[in-house]
Amino acid sequence: MSDALTTLAEAIRAARAAGTPLRVRGGGTKDFYGQGLAGEVLDTRDYAGIVAYEPTELVVTVRCGTRLADLEAALARADQMLAFEPPHFGAAATIGGAVAAGLSGPRRATAGALRDFVLGVRILDGRGQDLTFGGQVMKNVAGYDVSRLMAGSLGTLGVILEASLKVLPIPTAEATLRLELPEERAIDTMNRWAGRPLPISATAWHAGDLAVRLSGAEAAVRAARERIGGEALAPADAVAFWRGIREQTDPFFRTDAPLWRLSVPSATPALGIPGDQLIEWGGGLRWLAADADARMLRVRAGQAGGHATLFRGGDKSAGVFQPLGSPVARIHRNLKAEFDPNGVLNRGRMYPDW
Amino acid sequence: MTARAIDANRQAEVVAALVRALPAARVLHREEDTRPYECDGLTAYRELPMVVALPESEAEVQAVLRTCSALEVPVVARGAGTGLSGGALPSSRGVLLSLAKMKRILALDPIARVARVQPGVRNLAISEAAAPYDLYYAPDPSSQIACSIGGNVAENSGGVHCLKYGLTVHNVMRVRGVTMSGEAVELGSEALDAPGFDLLAAVVGSEGMLVVVTEATVRLVPKPELARCILASFGDVEKAGDAVAQVIAAGIIPAGLEMMDQPATRAVEEFVHAGYDLDAAAILLAEADGTPEEVAEDIARMRAVLEKAGATGIRVSRDEAERLTFWAGRKAAFPAVGRISPDYICMDGTIPRKRLAEMLRAIARLEQKYGLRCPNVFHAGDGNLHPLILFDANDPDQLRRTERFVEEVLELSVAFGGTITGEHGVGIEKINQMCLQFSPEELERFRGVKRAFDPAGLLNPEKNVPSLHRCAEYGRMHVRGGKLPHPELPLF
Ligand SMILES: Cc1cc2nc3c(=O)[nH]c(=O)nc-3n(C[C@H](O)[C@H](O)[C@H](O)COP(=O)(O)OP(=O)(O)OC[C@H]3O[C@@H](n4cnc5c(N)ncnc54)[C@H](O)[C@@H]3O)c2cc1C
Repeated sequence: MSDALTTLAEAIRAARAAGTPLRVRGGGTKDFYGQGLAGEVLDTRDYAGIVAYEPTELVVTVRCGTRLADLEAALARADQMLAFEPPHFGAAATIGGAVAAGLSGPRRATAGALRDFVLGVRILDGRGQDLTFGGQVMKNVAGYDVSRLMAGSLGTLGVILEASLKVLPIPTAEATLRLELPEERAIDTMNRWAGRPLPISATAWHAGDLAVRLSGAEAAVRAARERIGGEALAPADAVAFWRGIREQTDPFFRTDAPLWRLSVPSATPALGIPGDQLIEWGGGLRWLAADADARMLRVRAGQAGGHATLFRGGDKSAGVFQPLGSPVARIHRNLKAEFDPNGVLNRGRMYPDW
Repeated sequence: MTARAIDANRQAEVVAALVRALPAARVLHREEDTRPYECDGLTAYRELPMVVALPESEAEVQAVLRTCSALEVPVVARGAGTGLSGGALPSSRGVLLSLAKMKRILALDPIARVARVQPGVRNLAISEAAAPYDLYYAPDPSSQIACSIGGNVAENSGGVHCLKYGLTVHNVMRVRGVTMSGEAVELGSEALDAPGFDLLAAVVGSEGMLVVVTEATVRLVPKPELARCILASFGDVEKAGDAVAQVIAAGIIPAGLEMMDQPATRAVEEFVHAGYDLDAAAILLAEADGTPEEVAEDIARMRAVLEKAGATGIRVSRDEAERLTFWAGRKAAFPAVGRISPDYICMDGTIPRKRLAEMLRAIARLEQKYGLRCPNVFHAGDGNLHPLILFDANDPDQLRRTERFVEEVLELSVAFGGTITGEHGVGIEKINQMCLQFSPEELERFRGVKRAFDPAGLLNPEKNVPSLHRCAEYGRMHVRGGKLPHPELPLF
C-alpha cells in the first residue's frame, strides 16, 4: 500500500473510532456544491497519478488526487478526451472530486454523462476498507454496479481512490453556429435536431441566441452546417464560448442571484419562471438565475418530470437537492448505513439528515 | 440437477393467498401449467416453480409481492426466459412472477425521443414502433426478437452495436419498479439525471434481485442515414485480434466490431449462408454508420487499417441486403452451433482488447486439454468473448470436462484484468466464480446493496452474489490484479 493510501485509510479508521466526521476534499473547487460541509478535511491530493492508460483500450485508470487538467492533457496527447466534459470550476479540480460530484458538461446530451463513462472504482468505505468494483473493461455485469453508484454520491459512500473511465477519440472536425431564435422555438428546434442523425455535440440558448456545436468527421460536420444554417463562430471564439458554458465563466453565470439548476425532460415547454435563464443539453438543462421560491421551483420541475437543485448561492435551508420520496429515501439511508455505518464521510453533504 | 420436491400444503396456502391478489386463472400451480417455466435459456438447470403468477398491472405486481412478503415466499421475476445464466431459474419453494402479460407500449414521444413501456415488451418491438419516426432503441441483443425490456434491464444487455451506442444502462432513463415489500419506486427520470444516488444504475444489471421492473422509459436515437459493413478475412486469429486494437488506435469507433473464428464461421455458413470466407482462420465484421459522407470516410479508413493489419480479403457491403446478410451469420451464431452439437455452453467473459490473441491461444490449448471443441464469437470491439464449448450432456465425463474448461476460461478472464461476465449475468451459472473476482469484503458489500432494497432477502435469492459459505465450499481464491492463483505455472 502506498503511503498516501495508508494515510487516508488510517484517517478514516481513526475518525470512525472517535465518531468524528470527515470532509473528503480534493482541490476544493466544488466546496460550494451540495448541502453542507462538516468535519475535518481529508485531503485526497497526495494520492495522485495515472495508474494505467492505453489509448487502444479506450480506458484510463487514475488516482483520485490527479488534477483534472493533468488528466485531460495526458489524454489529449493521444488525441483522446473525457467525452462528458466535466466542469473543473478551478485549476485545482481533481478527478476524484469530479466523479464524486458527478457533473457533466456541454457534451452530455449527446455523448452521455460522467456516470456513463465510469467502468470501475476503487474506494475506501466508511470503515476504511479498500474495495474494488467494476473494472477496466467496457462490459461487466458481475455483481451490482457499485461503480456507477459512486458517481455523483458526493463522497458520502466512500473515498473514491481510483476510477477507470472510458475515453473517446477527439473528433476530427468541429464548428459552432449561432442562430437567433425565441425560447419556445429554440426548445422545439433542439429537440427536432436531436431526432435527426446530426453530429451535434452541444447546444446553449440564452436571450434569443442559440449556439450549436457540431463535432465529428469532416464531411459530416460540413453537411450538417449546411442543414442548420446560422452564422459560424471563429474557432477560437467557439472554444472560448463553450469553455465559458462548461466552467460557468460565461457572463450569464456571473450573477449575484441564486443559481438554480432545473433538470427536465428536453421537450418541456418554456417554464416561464421570472429570472434570467440559460438552456443547455438540447432543452434538458435550464439554468435559472433568480431569487425564486424553492417550493414553487420544485413543484414546477417535478410536474415536468424533472428536479431542481440550488446549485450556487441562495438559502440552502430549503434543501439543495429535490427531496426524495419515502421508499427511495429509505433505500438511500440503508445504502449509507451499509457503506458508512458510522456516518463518517461527508455527513450531510447531500441530504441534511445523513 | 435434482429438483427439490414441492410441499403441497405450502403450495395450497400460497395459492389461496394469491387468488385474492389475482384472478385465479392467472395463478398457475398444476404441473402441466408450471412446467414451461422450469428453466430459462440455461437449460442445464431446471426446477419446477411452486406457483406461477401472471400479473397484468403494476397494482397486481404489488399485490403479489405483498402477499409473498407476508408469507415469506421467495419470488423470481421472469421476462421472456431467454437469459443465459439461470437468473430466472424458479424455486420449488417460491413464486415465479412472469411479466409476460405486461407488454404494452404505453407512450412513444418522437419529439422527446423516448418510449415508455411495460416490462414484458420485446426489445425489437420498441424499435419497430419507433421506425415510422426514423428512431430506434439502440441495444440490440441477438435475442432481440424474443427478450423483454424487463430482462434487458435486469441483465444490462448489450448487442453488436454497443461499442458506439452503449449498453442497456446507457439507454434506459427511468425505471418504475416494485420492491419485495410491495412498494412502488421510481428510479432515474425522463430528464437527463435524477436527485440522490444513481439507483437506476444499481438496478440495471441487478438480475431481478433489487426490484421487479414494472415500467421503463427508454431513449430512442435517430436511425443513421446509412450503414455499411466490412467483412475482412485473416489468415490467423492473432492478426485479427491485433487488427481490432489497431482500428481503435486509429481513432475510429466502429458501429460494430465483431470477430468469429473458423469453427464458428463454418458452423454458421451451413446454417445461414452468409457468404463468409471459410478458409480464413478468423473474420472480422466492422461496421460504419452515419451520413453517406461519414460512412465513406470511416470505411476507407478502416479498410486501410485492416489491410495494413494483414487482412487476406476484404469485402464491403454494397447494399442494405448484403449488409444484413453479413450480420445474419453473426446473429445466428448460437443457434448454428446448437445444430452441430447436442449441447453447448456459451461463456461471456470480457477482457482488455489487447489480450484477445492471448486468450484465443489459451482456449485452443484448453480444447486439447479437455478434448472438447470450442468455436469462438466475440464482441471484439468491447473485448467481450463468447467461446461456445460443445459437449454432450448425456456423457457425465464430458459434462465434467466442460465445467472445468469453463472454470479455466473464467479464471483467465479475471487474471487478464477482465470479468467473468460481460452481458449474460452471473445468475446461478457463474456464482462460484464470483468468489474469484471479488474479495469477501466486496461480496459482503454486494449483500449490503441487496439488503438496502430487500431486507428480507426474498427477491431472487441464491443468485448473483454467493454466500460466504458457498465461497468456502468452492475453495478457490480471489484473484486480483493480473495474478493467477498459481503464478508459477506457465501461461501458455
Ligand atoms: C440466442 C440468444 C442470444 C442472445 N444474445 C444476447 C446478446 O447478444 N446480448 C445479451 O446481452 N444477451 C443475449 N442473450 C441473453 C438474454 O437474451 C438477455 O439476457 C435478455 O436480456 C434476457 O431477457 P428475458 O426477457 O428473456 O429475461 P429472462 O431470461 O426472463 O430473465 C433474465 C433475468 O431478468 C430478471 N427479470 C426479468 N424480467 C424482470 C423484471 N420485469 N423485473 C425484474 N427482473 C426481471 C429475471 O429474474 C432474471 O434474473 C441471448 C440469449 C439467447 C438465447
